[in-house]
Amino acid sequence: MKMELIQPFINAADAVLSQGLQCATKVGNLTMEEAAYRRKGVAGMVAVTGDIEGRIIVDLEPQTAVRVASHYAGAELPESDGLIKETVFELANQVVGNAICALNDQGFHFRVHPPVLVTSDEGDRTSEDVEALVFCFETPKGNVFMNVALRYNKRRMSDHAVVGA
Amino acid sequence: MEQFAPVKRSKDGQPVRYLIVDDSVFARKNLARMIESFGGQLAAEAGDGLTAISEFERTHPDIVLMDITMPQMEGIEAAEKIVQAHPEARVVMVSSVGYQENIVAALQRGARHFVQKPVKPEVLYEVIKYVLGEDGAVAAGAGA
Repeated sequence: MKMELIQPFINAADAVLSQGLQCATKVGNLTMEEAAYRRKGVAGMVAVTGDIEGRIIVDLEPQTAVRVASHYAGAELPESDGLIKETVFELANQVVGNAICALNDQGFHFRVHPPVLVTSDEGDRTSEDVEALVFCFETPKGNVFMNVALRYNKRRMSDHAVVGA
Repeated sequence: MEQFAPVKRSKDGQPVRYLIVDDSVFARKNLARMIESFGGQLAAEAGDGLTAISEFERTHPDIVLMDITMPQMEGIEAAEKIVQAHPEARVVMVSSVGYQENIVAALQRGARHFVQKPVKPEVLYEVIKYVLGEDGAVAAGAGA
């Protein structure tokens, strides 16, 4: 996966988290995941289709999710509160939306799908052409993980090449 | 949350009434808190474009805050249908997908303005005042 696809997601996550949590964030570990995705806690997935296709998962350990959601809600939330899941969804939505804007400026066109809850503990094994990158953003509320698996849509990109020729 | 000088309706001095449309409960609550800090009143909420249209017909809000990416019917289509039926409707798109094509499409299909998520309250406040124009008035001597 090329860095030109990844950097907008790092920038967007940094901006969304630092603004929302009103704190500095730090990009911690960055790893390439070739094995199946393993959920860490409360995870929301946003699929994108278009010139680039794939999915982005924002994943927070349960206690981190509670702390983050409580911060946004302005009150302590119990672990069972449905707003915790909604907060993770909206974070995923905002990160992906902002990253897509930057990629759109580079000429890529997308459709962003509504976030869905990741319920299985383990996802599909990453295929050869959809390698996943996992980022860890360190915040005072805990670590926020982002798993990005994207690939160029070869048919769409070749259409562009023909049109541009 | 920061308090703002209340924005009222010019014609009767009543709070501005809002319809908030977003499939995210989190986003709806967040926007509801913001409009409360602007002195506004929540007329209704909707989680998709179809419900937004019926809630608009039911409540006739002064302003609609509309997300784009939603199930059933997306926000730009819902905004277009609302404005076609009610040309005076003031729809402000509030979305994280704020690239130029989306903004242009939303404005061409009837939206009055576009606010990028994550929403900064001070930005939304200024947009609300701008969209209301002479139909809105900032209460004198109140708030920030």
